[in-house]
Amino acid sequence: MKFGIIVFPGSNCDQDAYYAVRDVLNEPVEYIWHQDRNLKGADVVIVPGGFSYGDYLRTGAVARFSPVMEAVQKHAESGGYVIGICNGFQILCEAHLLPGALVANDCLRFVCKYVNLLPQSLDTPWTNQCREGQVLRIPIAHQGGNYVADAETIRSIEENGQVILRYCDERGCVTEAANPNGSMNNIAGIINERGNVAGMMPHPERAVESILGSTDGIAILKSIVGWGRRAKESGRIMAPAGAAGLG
Amino acid sequence: MAVVREQGSKTVDKTTSIPPEIYREMGLSDVEYAKVAEALGRHPTYTEVGMYAVMWSEHCGYKYSRPVLRLFRKYREALEGGGLENAGVIDIGDGYGIVMKMETHNHPSAVEPFQGAATGVGGILRDIFTMGARPIACLNSLRFGSLDDPHNRYLFENVVAGIAFYGNCVGVPTVAGEVVFEDCYSGNCLVNAMSAGIVKIDEVASACASGVGNSVMYVGSRTGCDGIHGATFASVELGPDSESRRPNVQIGDPFTEKLLIEATLEALKTGYVIGIQDMGAAGITCSTCETAAKAGTGMEIDVLKVPRREEGMTPYEIMLSESQERMLAVVRKGKEDEVAAVFKKWGLNAVVIGHVTADGLVRVWEGDHLVAEVPAKSLADDAPTYYLEIEEPEYLKEVQSFDASKLPEPDDYNEALERLLDSPSIASKEWVYRQYDHMVQTNTVVLPGSDAAALRIRGTGKAIALVTDCNGRYCYLDPFAGAQIAVAEAARNLACTGARALGVTDCVSFGNPEKPQVFWQFKRAIEGLAEACEFFGTPVVSGNVSFYNETPDTAIYPTPVIGMLGLIDNVENRCTMEFEREGDVVALLTGRKAQADSDPETGICGADDIGGSEYLKVMHGVVAGRPPALDMDAEKRLHACLVDAVSAGQLSSAHDCSDGGLAVALAESSIAGGLGAEVGIVADCGASVALFGEAQSRAVVSLSADHLGELRELVDEHGIECTILGKVHGDRLKISVNGVTVIDRAVEHIGKIWKNAIPGRMESRV
Repeated sequence: MKFGIIVFPGSNCDQDAYYAVRDVLNEPVEYIWHQDRNLKGADVVIVPGGFSYGDYLRTGAVARFSPVMEAVQKHAESGGYVIGICNGFQILCEAHLLPGALVANDCLRFVCKYVNLLPQSLDTPWTNQCREGQVLRIPIAHQGGNYVADAETIRSIEENGQVILRYCDERGCVTEAANPNGSMNNIAGIINERGNVAGMMPHPERAVESILGSTDGIAILKSIVGWGRRAKESGRIMAPAGAAGLG
Repeated sequence: MAVVREQGSKTVDKTTSIPPEIYREMGLSDVEYAKVAEALGRHPTYTEVGMYAVMWSEHCGYKYSRPVLRLFRKYREALEGGGLENAGVIDIGDGYGIVMKMETHNHPSAVEPFQGAATGVGGILRDIFTMGARPIACLNSLRFGSLDDPHNRYLFENVVAGIAFYGNCVGVPTVAGEVVFEDCYSGNCLVNAMSAGIVKIDEVASACASGVGNSVMYVGSRTGCDGIHGATFASVELGPDSESRRPNVQIGDPFTEKLLIEATLEALKTGYVIGIQDMGAAGITCSTCETAAKAGTGMEIDVLKVPRREEGMTPYEIMLSESQERMLAVVRKGKEDEVAAVFKKWGLNAVVIGHVTADGLVRVWEGDHLVAEVPAKSLADDAPTYYLEIEEPEYLKEVQSFDASKLPEPDDYNEALERLLDSPSIASKEWVYRQYDHMVQTNTVVLPGSDAAALRIRGTGKAIALVTDCNGRYCYLDPFAGAQIAVAEAARNLACTGARALGVTDCVSFGNPEKPQVFWQFKRAIEGLAEACEFFGTPVVSGNVSFYNETPDTAIYPTPVIGMLGLIDNVENRCTMEFEREGDVVALLTGRKAQADSDPETGICGADDIGGSEYLKVMHGVVAGRPPALDMDAEKRLHACLVDAVSAGQLSSAHDCSDGGLAVALAESSIAGGLGAEVGIVADCGASVALFGEAQSRAVVSLSADHLGELRELVDEHGIECTILGKVHGDRLKISVNGVTVIDRAVEHIGKIWKNAIPGRMESRV
């Protein structure tokens, strides 16, 4: 599976994602400049964390209009895999590739720490390597990770199994105390209806080596590699249209 | 202030003097003005006098501190040799060097804490990547007045937010630091920002404008009217009208800085950038005259070519603006387009504003009008040097003669421990470092909260460790001893992490140097630093001096903060402070002269070791006594032993025993590990001293009993002492002194106190 990592001016987790894919997943990977309009044949596009265009207007608000995002949009529409991490998640929401929005943390401060995450819907492209009840320990680092959506959207993403990660305590209980930013329903990560586009505030690329304190992010990254490879082998190049395949 | 437009043409021919009230307001004395006129052989223009005022301020010109700073070997060598660079480089092997520096942003932060702190981070980062190094870590050392005062809380909240705003956006992890609260910093907070970067040793860039005919290129943000005379502002005391100095404070744009980092490093790779310097204090003035002076060349620039943010800026304003995120690059003639293309790719300005000349003059044009023509060396290097008077401060005899032995023992040692853990200087700094992205770049292998942070160096199997340190109270009581302890403790912190100390950057803050008692403090502190740094083999490779840290009410404690770099040879063998395993042995390693007749079971510390302690301040409201004695030789042996023990994988935990003494060190290891301990201390001094005395050269370690034999061998080999204190056990911290249990508390309970001390005072959740 070939990975492409978008580089916006102000991206700062692009290199971390690059190292994670190249050195831990051992998959081919290339950077894609924000002004490029082709994705260099990437199967999986990572929209990395950082402060694209300084995020001075609103997180992700400017990045969604950059030339590369047209290509990402098309890639997603044709079933290609896209994951937005942190600022990338914010950008994908702004681009309406994912429902809802990310607003300022309820504490109004930047928060950098390890959180515990409960993977949900274990048969998605992004979670299929996780085990039922497994608690993932992965860091967050953001000031605007408070996931919000209108009641109808929340109801529908919950019913469709589009919530893939929830903040929880170390025993896997989804509690208010375990919610680091005020996100509705403790939502830390979601997918689109089709399942080929994902967004998450936690940084799986920061949790890929024991020396860094956790390897739990590998499960997320390996999920898409395995899923994509199986899809290719079965002749389906891309993800299925519609919510098929989601639990 | 009246703005004088020069009616010049192709020459500067100034026969009338600048009115004294104008140059005095800029910060030049009458004598200094006369020297300027002498150097020029005529009266200076308005622009020129502004340039001199800022370059000859203490902040840029070190006119007071230079004679004392010559005590630092590397500084002396640099002055006598090739000249100073923006930051120092330390060789860590494998062809890599670490560039590091620390700088104060005290004055701006005192009047505009958010932007003051943010631009402090931005400025220090530019000092790093202007050397061709990629910034890999930020640290900071902060001092505030008591959090009981709402203004201090405002400063603290916004300084931390400003550091977070800038550091998080540029994608450089903020990995370590210190925060201390003392009344003397009320209204004059100290904000020291440090950064470290990595560079291939043979690719270090220089701040040198060599090659006559080469182009002078301006890159980065446009120039605005912000921060004019910021350096001069930093060279006066803060007063009631300091608020009006807010326009002197620069505004930071970390997004542009991030672009500037990437673009600069990419541009340096072209090989066409001959020299490069950031525009920090004194902006274009400083970067032009310093790079030219260093190369022995001159420079000619046209201010009309400088990208500007607003209409109608005068040459004076353009030359003195301290707008952020700008650099001056000297580019090989004919290769301007190649270099500009890199900056333009990143959306940054890159324009040629002039060229390098042979005549040693910095010549500033405004189109056809020559507005300044000054010898580069005169501006950059000939700031008058003052040999200020010194006088031992009167307060010293009184505070040093304080007899702590007359103070009563506390009724309840548990309560004393809890009060210390609740003291914001000792309490957990999680509230602070949670707000900093300390993991970006995925190299942080020891996260904030332990003795020092560690970052792996990709591809080498090694790691560096970084720490900042200074106990201002000790320095107040004895600047020489206090400064030495800062060096010793920093190296001890590194050793506890498993790192050998390699080098130091210093960032020293004092009151008004023109007061002989303050200058005495400065001189003694630098003497202490210089001697200790030589002794520990940790040369001072860069530094920064901040004076005039005074309000009408008080001067700050002498605060010579140091940042220290260490190297861990094998990244896998590193150590943190938390107790790791039930049943581990808890021991105290003490660097002390082994005396044949001494009983190793006694003398954990002596009665004198309570001087200047956090305990005295918190329990008795007293800042007095002498700092604990430091035996540097014994200290060094302790470090060597700790590094060997960590590298050999013998230790489960190691924690420096310093502020708050042994009891606090044990409590911190317990809280961090979520494990209790049962510890017995045998001491021939009062229990309060045994528990809370701050004797130097000590570290609390825990280890499997299986390793005890090996550790004892190492301890003997290094000639230090190892005292078995007890074991890691259960969920309570129990400490007895001479067989009497004096501390017995649930770890969870004391942990809450320690963790909630700062957030509780800031009235918010972490």
